[in-house]
Amino acid sequence: MDWVNTIVQGVLLGGLYAMFATGLSLMFGIMRLVNIAHGDFIVLASYLALVVVTSLGLSPLISLVIVVPLMFVIGYVLQRYLLNKTLGDDILPPLLVTFGMSIILQNVLLEVFSADSQKLSAGALDIASITVSDQLSVGVMPLIVFISGVAIVGGLQFLFYKTELGRAFRATSDDQDTARLMGVNNSHIFALAMAIAMAVVAIAGVFLAMRTNFDPTVGPARLLYGFEAVIIGGLGSLWGTLAGGIILGVAQAVGAQIDPGWQIMTGHIVFLVILIFRPRGLFPRSVD
Amino acid sequence: MSKLKIQNLTAGYGDFQALFGIDLELNAKETVAIIGSNGAGKSTFMRSIAGLLKNTPDAVQFKGENIGDLPANKVVEKGIALVPEGRRLFPSLSVEENLLMGAYSKRKGPWNLNRIYELFPILKEKRNNPGTALSGGQQQMVAIGRALMSNPELLLCDEISLGLAPTTVKDIYKAFPAIQEDGTTVLVVEQDINQAMAVSDRIYCFQEGRVSLEGKPGEVSKDDIKAAYFGM
Repeated sequence: MDWVNTIVQGVLLGGLYAMFATGLSLMFGIMRLVNIAHGDFIVLASYLALVVVTSLGLSPLISLVIVVPLMFVIGYVLQRYLLNKTLGDDILPPLLVTFGMSIILQNVLLEVFSADSQKLSAGALDIASITVSDQLSVGVMPLIVFISGVAIVGGLQFLFYKTELGRAFRATSDDQDTARLMGVNNSHIFALAMAIAMAVVAIAGVFLAMRTNFDPTVGPARLLYGFEAVIIGGLGSLWGTLAGGIILGVAQAVGAQIDPGWQIMTGHIVFLVILIFRPRGLFPRSVD
Repeated sequence: MSKLKIQNLTAGYGDFQALFGIDLELNAKETVAIIGSNGAGKSTFMRSIAGLLKNTPDAVQFKGENIGDLPANKVVEKGIALVPEGRRLFPSLSVEENLLMGAYSKRKGPWNLNRIYELFPILKEKRNNPGTALSGGQQQMVAIGRALMSNPELLLCDEISLGLAPTTVKDIYKAFPAIQEDGTTVLVVEQDINQAMAVSDRIYCFQEGRVSLEGKPGEVSKDDIKAAYFGM
């Protein structure tokens, strides 16, 4: 039963990793943009939630109502007025600019909030659980995070494949010049894609802050998990990203069950093994 | 007043200049063909009109309005659609999604999905297939249909017969009368001189980025064309 419990907890953790990864997957899938500052934006969202919760006395979950739109706007402005200027045939400029943003974000957060570890308390939700059997309990908060992760991926899938905006996203990702010939304003479309990615980042950041301690320097590790989930799932594939997150979460949980010190390493080993045998990930987009 | 007036259009890529002061006029409901050898600047010319290459505002006048400096997404809103060389279908979109992308600009007019399917019935059968899984001729139909979905007043067709079997080319050109029925002006770039002469009211020949000949198909001789085409 221990192993069943381990796998269930791993799957639930995978929901959070999938959320970390979905924003990355979106940015890469549409703009071919690798955002090195992704993890730091997740942490920024955590701190924004902290400010909202402490200043307005709201519950962390309610803070989403403010943090998500705020990150949406930050994402739009960032892409429209900065990152769009870095996109082109050379992949180096966006890498360098987002790397610079990562350093700036970490230092600004450090300056404003100090290096003290923070956590958002969800009150009774923190310890609430559903007892499945004598040996298996599922935490309500991890379950909410997992369900949110699945809902986000499902929602984005709907947006991408059932709406005009999603069609424009895919067309622009395929061929920017031809999309412009159709009347698509690529700068606006890219900014919208980044805004949506940042809205997902906001949700991931708030849940991260509710599940675990955070400080200004934890961003790069979230970026790493996000990258691993995206690459395991296959670049540009949303359901693949969810699967990647779950595989990574289960691998880490299994590693921790064998020996607590092996948790992170087991995730990296599974990532490497999948990369060796399926370099394009498990569910790559066919047109990439 | 002419529908499209090109004045002293120069264009290129970086340091490379492909067009040197092109002048050209197109009247409403007219079909004009541009011929010329590879590298003559025909596709650059089409890309310039469509807004993919920026120019001075007055280099391209459409219905009396200077649009030479507008980006492609604004040019299509004005009523100019380009069928690009090589079709350039969106690989991750189905046939129907490719066609619907053509309507992104929301221009009102006679063209919609049903009318495109009437024009090219095979596309209705294949509407859920990926656009790039179709034969070359069918892909060209999608590319033309996609451009028509923006309800253009001026349709630019760049090398639509390139790489296609002669029978397929005939099938595609058969659709032109239906396209022109609603008053759509057509500018085609065509390497097949006979085809160009057959479909157009006037022809222009480009050579090394300059207009080397202009005339009506019945009025220019083969020798004139040979001289203009090859610079002999």
